[in-house]
Amino acid sequence: MTGPDPAALYRTVRLIRRFEERAIELVDAGEIVGGIHPYLGQEGIAAGVCAALEAGDLVTGTHRGHGHVLAKGADPARMLAELCGRVTGLNRGRGGSMHAADFGVGVLGANAIVGAAGAILTGAVWERRRRGADLVGATFFGDGAVNEGMLLEAFNLAALWRVPVLFVCENNGYATTMPVAGAVAGTIAGRAEAFGMPATAVDGQDPETVREAAAAAVARMRAGGGPELIEAHTYRFDAHHTFEHRVRLDYRPPQEVADGRSRDPVEIAGARLDPAARAEIDASVEAVLAAAVDFALAGPHPDPATALDHLYASGLTARTGGG
Amino acid sequence: MPRLSYRRALTRALADEMTRDESVVVLGEDIRVAAANVTTGLVKKFGPERVRDTPLSEQAFTSFATGAALAGARPVVEFQIPSLLFLVFEQIVNHAHKFPLMTGGQCAVPVTYLVPGSGSRTGWAGQHSDHPYALFAHAGVTTVVPATPADAYGLLVSAIRCDDPVVVFAPAGALELREDVTEPAPVPLGRGVVRRAGDDVTVVAVGHLVHDALAVADELAGQASVEVFDPRTLYPFDWDGLVGSVSRTGRLVVVDDGNRSCGIAGEIIATVVERVRLAAPPRRVTRPDGAVLPFAPALDRAVQPGRDQLTAAIQLTLKDG
Ligand SMILES: Cc1ncc(C[n+]2csc(CCOP(=O)(O)OP(=O)(O)O)c2C)c(N)n1
Repeated sequence: MTGPDPAALYRTVRLIRRFEERAIELVDAGEIVGGIHPYLGQEGIAAGVCAALEAGDLVTGTHRGHGHVLAKGADPARMLAELCGRVTGLNRGRGGSMHAADFGVGVLGANAIVGAAGAILTGAVWERRRRGADLVGATFFGDGAVNEGMLLEAFNLAALWRVPVLFVCENNGYATTMPVAGAVAGTIAGRAEAFGMPATAVDGQDPETVREAAAAAVARMRAGGGPELIEAHTYRFDAHHTFEHRVRLDYRPPQEVADGRSRDPVEIAGARLDPAARAEIDASVEAVLAAAVDFALAGPHPDPATALDHLYASGLTARTGGG
Repeated sequence: MPRLSYRRALTRALADEMTRDESVVVLGEDIRVAAANVTTGLVKKFGPERVRDTPLSEQAFTSFATGAALAGARPVVEFQIPSLLFLVFEQIVNHAHKFPLMTGGQCAVPVTYLVPGSGSRTGWAGQHSDHPYALFAHAGVTTVVPATPADAYGLLVSAIRCDDPVVVFAPAGALELREDVTEPAPVPLGRGVVRRAGDDVTVVAVGHLVHDALAVADELAGQASVEVFDPRTLYPFDWDGLVGSVSRTGRLVVVDDGNRSCGIAGEIIATVVERVRLAAPPRRVTRPDGAVLPFAPALDRAVQPGRDQLTAAIQLTLKDG
């Protein structure tokens, strides 16, 4: 996409928001087992970055990954079916919330190991380009991940070999309960600059701001520039994980939460539309999600006899554990 | 007949596969000058895009290979020392191995991890002498330990062609071997071979220990008829081939250059006794529990499974029942 399209951005942000809210309802209803890491409040980042990408570009995400997968174009119904563990899900019920992947739209997977996905994406973009494809990649990670050696090694590889990867740090201020100030020496942008990578800090609550920064970085990368980093400042509106709805961890001052929630990407993006257009998008998102919930819950549960299907791409079958 | 060295067999397998298939790329530290003497001549033939020297970033380049594989490459990653596998165990087991299932079959991760010089290289001591193949077999990653030059060639070729991640351990104790090989050919993964036929006891030997087992079998020739079974692939293991052998001999001894607890020898014995009624209790000769190879040569040898121990284990098994 070249120019801003406020309606499209709003639609993505709104879709992710409502997807997350419906998913939390399904967690509470026991349909999503294991809970989720809600992306509520951070929607502007996935929406903005993916709006700056082409369909053929590649993305990897995180444990808090629903937004990345949806923004890159995965079908919300199959995504929700995946969260519900149904065979109709993106990963046939094998991945769930933290591993949702849709290779068809360039999502090489949410990855539940903090800091792990950057090196994988770098290798994937490198190989596709070696085969002549003119594409770039974007990998998302939290502020906690910038202390993982593997991610910093990936910064170095990507910069050294000039692999066009946009490293997107979603700085929501906390790694679970650990505040950034207690974890990050120096700065996040400084980590990138040390590897010769341009770094831009942006307001992650405004999807248009994120899109602009991402589009500029992507344009430089497509023109032959090396990797770049965007640090998007954001706030996680909800719990680290839905388990927190039960245990009530005490680590964020109520005033801070209120201030954080006052800058809502849905409202910021929505204010750019006229109310009628906005209402129309809201209604269409509701319809999409209503159909997604129906689709997800109607999907069959996987047959236990197939639990080890897809373990080996070579067709090897594993010995079973019993008897 | 042309003599093929174990090391050159690895080189030739890499060169043949790179010629055959554009998607094969090799990554590793100092591979352009072939510091481990395995990637010799490859950069000249295939260029630095396909023979990539990496910075010292084992975790990143291991996962980089995963990503490249997801995008269609067949990377071979060379590791300078076996203990680096501890550093990248997470990247291999938790990502490369798990991706196909976790994505519901959306991808394959055909990466080969090549470890030339695995196990003891005398004088390299504690941090360079590990032989961690059982860890990968435990994790369900295809794990190969060729004993001979022909198998080094054939198994590496099959590893590169396999759609799953495969770890290839080339034992330091086998790297200097040479043999006559007319036409090197692929060797199927998961298929063991009887190296020496016998009637009284089956000895399973892993990697370079196959040659010790053959020597011991020769020494014992007057007293006992020893069958030597080389599994070649530890995961998946050729259980049917081994059960066939032990069903005839009725006795089992395993010699394995890994630690005793939770080692591959324990798994081999467990599986055989599940399936075969043995004439005598099985035995295993391994490194000690928790072994760390000490520096002084005599101490290093003292913790490696030796021929004397193997001879004694065979004799005890023959005496029991
Ligand atoms: C390597 C690793 N360490 C620890 C964990 C457990 N864990 C899961 S999410 C998380 C916090 C991650 O924080 P951050 O990177 O800032 O992302 P956020 O959750 O804020 O989106 C932790 C510690 C993990 N999954 N992987």
